[in-house]
Amino acid sequence: MGMTIAEKIIAAAAKVNEVKPGDIHTVELDRLMSNDGTTHLTIDMYNKLKNPKIADVNKLVWIVDHNVPCDSVKTAASHKKMRDFAKENGITFYEGAGVCHQIMMENHVTSGELIFGADSHTCAYGAVGAFGTGVGCTDYLYAMVTGTSWVLVPETLRFNLTGKLREGVYARDLILTIIGMIGANGANYAAMEFGGEGLHTIDMSGRIAICNLCVEAGAKTALMEVDDVALNYLREHGREPKHVFLPDEDAKYAKVYNIDLSTINPIVAKPHFVDSVVDAKECVGTHIDEAFLGSCNNGRIEDLRAGAAIIKGKKVHPLVRFLVVPASKAVYEQALEEGLLQIFVEAGAIVMNPNCSVCWGSCQGVIGENEVLISTGTRNFKGRAGHKDSFVYLASAQTVTASAIKGEIATADMV
Amino acid sequence: MEKFSGKIWVLGDDIDTDIIIPTEYLALKTVNDMAPYAFSPLRPELAGQVKPGDIIVAGKNFGCGSSREQAPEIIKALGIKAVIAKSFARIFFRNSINNGLLLIENDKLRDVVSEGDEITVTLNESIEYNGNKYEIAALPDNLMDIINAGGLVKAMRKLNGLD
Repeated sequence: MGMTIAEKIIAAAAKVNEVKPGDIHTVELDRLMSNDGTTHLTIDMYNKLKNPKIADVNKLVWIVDHNVPCDSVKTAASHKKMRDFAKENGITFYEGAGVCHQIMMENHVTSGELIFGADSHTCAYGAVGAFGTGVGCTDYLYAMVTGTSWVLVPETLRFNLTGKLREGVYARDLILTIIGMIGANGANYAAMEFGGEGLHTIDMSGRIAICNLCVEAGAKTALMEVDDVALNYLREHGREPKHVFLPDEDAKYAKVYNIDLSTINPIVAKPHFVDSVVDAKECVGTHIDEAFLGSCNNGRIEDLRAGAAIIKGKKVHPLVRFLVVPASKAVYEQALEEGLLQIFVEAGAIVMNPNCSVCWGSCQGVIGENEVLISTGTRNFKGRAGHKDSFVYLASAQTVTASAIKGEIATADMV
Repeated sequence: MEKFSGKIWVLGDDIDTDIIIPTEYLALKTVNDMAPYAFSPLRPELAGQVKPGDIIVAGKNFGCGSSREQAPEIIKALGIKAVIAKSFARIFFRNSINNGLLLIENDKLRDVVSEGDEITVTLNESIEYNGNKYEIAALPDNLMDIINAGGLVKAMRKLNGLD
């Protein structure tokens, strides 16, 4: 029987010939990522085990990215715990170098791997054909000490992409459209698989943005067919694929969606749900207090270039704080070299160090009561970016930048 | 089969992990310190009024969002005996089992109950409410063992003869 990409990766990791949805398998994991959101909890539990041992320290990557730099004595203590443990055990460790998923994409992930990350947006790794899935710190701990875990083989939803996104429409608009279409639990427990000729027209940055947001539809993982774009990305970053798995022609899908990219419009997700999407035009004129360009979803060089092209020679609206946060040190350096950060600073933006920033509502740029944020971040849940009675709209880098200039939600063609 | 009754708190669809425990309280030292802020963006009074043994009944996609494991830990710290929802987000589901929080899926109950009502759960069999019975699926034995031990780490400690 034919298998989907997710099924093939699980079969390989379980060392069996065939798997089907609903089966539970013990799998060997290729990589284990954890960040300062919960690593301190993992360490506390690890220390309670009998003669604890890390199965393979080379698989572990620990990244401090959620509160960088530290905003309180409490987070300083949790970072210290993580830093000391990593040093003592020889764990690959990053601090202040960017958002975990961007660091993983730039330095570690490759096609065909099965990766656990103690962060829900680990599904981003599907952009290069890796099965990334988010887990809590207990599942992470189990994987850390055994090198394995159990997985339920998910059903797969297939997205066949055709055509090309029109000028002024971006990958971000596509994935928000899809989440709006299938709903916030439309892919619960399932894998979302993307392929078709339209995929070849989307660059790596866009692919990461698409896969990253699939968890907002409830997906266990997202997987894209590996093509030359993905292989070139890996090689540019000094890596070769572990395996390139493509779906069989007779693979079984729970549902198949055919999407013509040329029909997608600029989209905004309104508060307080990611699937509460509307055509951006419907939100035009909505007052904003803050705009955020950054995050593992849209803080890459392509996003900063897009924002800089729009704001060059213009000014941030005087009543708006515009936060620009490159997703990694590599992105930051590239943006410096290209003069993009200078453009943002001259326009009146606040350029920050690489980190998760206001996307997760701590450390930087938190918004107050009744304030409105337009964001390229991952979520717009109630209270996500600060006060419980505040409002987050999600949109593309272009829409966010245009809104920062206008002081109200605007699309790029309006500035 | 184990049977228990409890007063219910009724919540809607898509109760996300930022509602269950907002980011600003994650820096607090223990889950007991965080528990008073559980559900505060939506129901600030809930954490203060909830009694041990109470049950949450919610709509679809309960626990969507972040992988923060503090979410199920805090619900447990409040003394909530079980969460019954139309469906659960997958990371939250695994995290709940791993922390010994009982989750029950039922797509009908939420639409007929009112807050403050009492329901009776017969584990792995049914829920009784207002004279009606609502069937529930049985969790496999290995997952029940983890829940009964109070979570995966406690189950492993028990297995290794540490507790």
